[in-house]
Amino acid sequence: MLLEILGLDAAYGDVPALSGVALSVEPGEIVALLGPNGAGKTTLLNSVAGLLPPRAGIIRWEGEDLGRLPSHLIVERGLALVPEGRRLFNSMTVEENLTLGAFAERARRGQQANLQRVYTLFPILRERRRQIVRQLSGGQQQMVSVGRALMSSPRLLMLDEPSLGLAPLMVQAILDVLVEINRGGVAVLLVEQNVRAALTLARRAYILETGRIVGEGGGAELLQDPHVRRAYLGPLAAPEYFVL
Amino acid sequence: MILSQQMVLGVMIGGLYGLAAVGLSLIFGVLKVLNVAHGELIMLGGYGAYWLFVLLGLDPFASLLLVLPLSLLLGLGLYWALFGFVVRADEETRIKNSLLIGFGLSLALHALAVRLWTADERGITTPYAGKVLIVGQLAIPLVRLASLAVAFVLIAALHLLLTRWRWGRAVRATAEDWQAALLAGIDVRRAYLLAFGLGAGLAGAAGTLVSVGYSISPSIGLEWTLKALIVVVLAGLGSVFGTFVGGLFLGVAEAASAAAFGGPYREVVGLVIIFAVLVARPRGLFGAR
Repeated sequence: MLLEILGLDAAYGDVPALSGVALSVEPGEIVALLGPNGAGKTTLLNSVAGLLPPRAGIIRWEGEDLGRLPSHLIVERGLALVPEGRRLFNSMTVEENLTLGAFAERARRGQQANLQRVYTLFPILRERRRQIVRQLSGGQQQMVSVGRALMSSPRLLMLDEPSLGLAPLMVQAILDVLVEINRGGVAVLLVEQNVRAALTLARRAYILETGRIVGEGGGAELLQDPHVRRAYLGPLAAPEYFVL
Repeated sequence: MILSQQMVLGVMIGGLYGLAAVGLSLIFGVLKVLNVAHGELIMLGGYGAYWLFVLLGLDPFASLLLVLPLSLLLGLGLYWALFGFVVRADEETRIKNSLLIGFGLSLALHALAVRLWTADERGITTPYAGKVLIVGQLAIPLVRLASLAVAFVLIAALHLLLTRWRWGRAVRATAEDWQAALLAGIDVRRAYLLAFGLGAGLAGAAGTLVSVGYSISPSIGLEWTLKALIVVVLAGLGSVFGTFVGGLFLGVAEAASAAAFGGPYREVVGLVIIFAVLVARPRGLFGAR
């Protein structure tokens, strides 16, 4: 087991955000995390990444309890998060953003190789490597964000709504790259608005509603599930794309 | 003639304003903490150089090599003892708590300086203190010109440090988005420590230059904190050279207003500039966001 979460509670001040969440990711698999806005998906990823210390429960990484380990040491262990809203260093160039992703000691040695790998996955970034990221399109910025996370040589890549606000073609491009990354042996934990795409991609999926896991199963299986179809895929469900 | 002479002097004091402000700006930009005792660190740097001059006969420009690292170490100590606790809070609380700590620290350092050096004004009078460079009609005090050059070199060095050095880039990343910096694997507490140390080191260097070209007393701290703050508001956060230019601008503007309205109005102009900038361009002239 790569990542194992047991009985996780998290809260913002007095407001509970997660209660009793259990989730696991095996090496090399793609797992989707679905649920409506405000269900706690971002909270869950932030807790695993160490940005929000859990109130209770265990987050275990390859058998080691991550406890209250600071985020930079979690990155060091091979767990990277592509945060919601990309969160790039906007005044810096593409390449500066990417090399900062290799800041962890373990990742420094592989920096050059990883940089070439990111440029192979996203050739446009090689062209734009001297450009300030603020000047890039939303899709290209998302590529930088994914690339920066890859620079730390992760074994589990967590992505928080990587397709949010992107045009459909760009969404597909990002998701295709995720499959490509996964083929290289990197496990993926994906939070995604586009439920159909996520379930097609994922081997397994969890459904989070109001801070609790209310369902889990194989990707194909959940695509047929009546509750999932009604809540996330039916005609009354939220639109699959939010194109801004 | 008088006016251009005033302007030249304004540029030279402006370089020190810039140097004073860069340290404050770095600390504020990275830690989101306002160190109102910054002027007191400048004052201590000045007395450090004064002591080295009086006790050991060390030339003030040479003593920079001692004062700067010592101030940096003092900064690390202050961060470890006082400001390190503040940065654990969220950003709004940080500002409030840092103001409390900063004011307390500035009172304590002021009292300490009165104890050690009395409340008299002091200055370092080097053998070459009176030397003047005559350019056409202008008389340029050599010591102040050298101070301006040193200030520029230090600013350029800081710029190189922040752009070329791995940890320098980490400091900039932390200033922009500390959570994203954490996710990139950067130990942001170390980035905070480093930024605070560098800011204090620059304050000490600025103090040394003040003690050579101008004068110091235990009570100059607040005045220098204010000057630095004006420049930070004027220039905005995120640009080292922008802050330096902001300092030069304030120096010249003060000189111009002193020439036009008389010496007592020198201070007013800085506050008017702050007001104008806040109205017209709240992020400052060179601010990133």
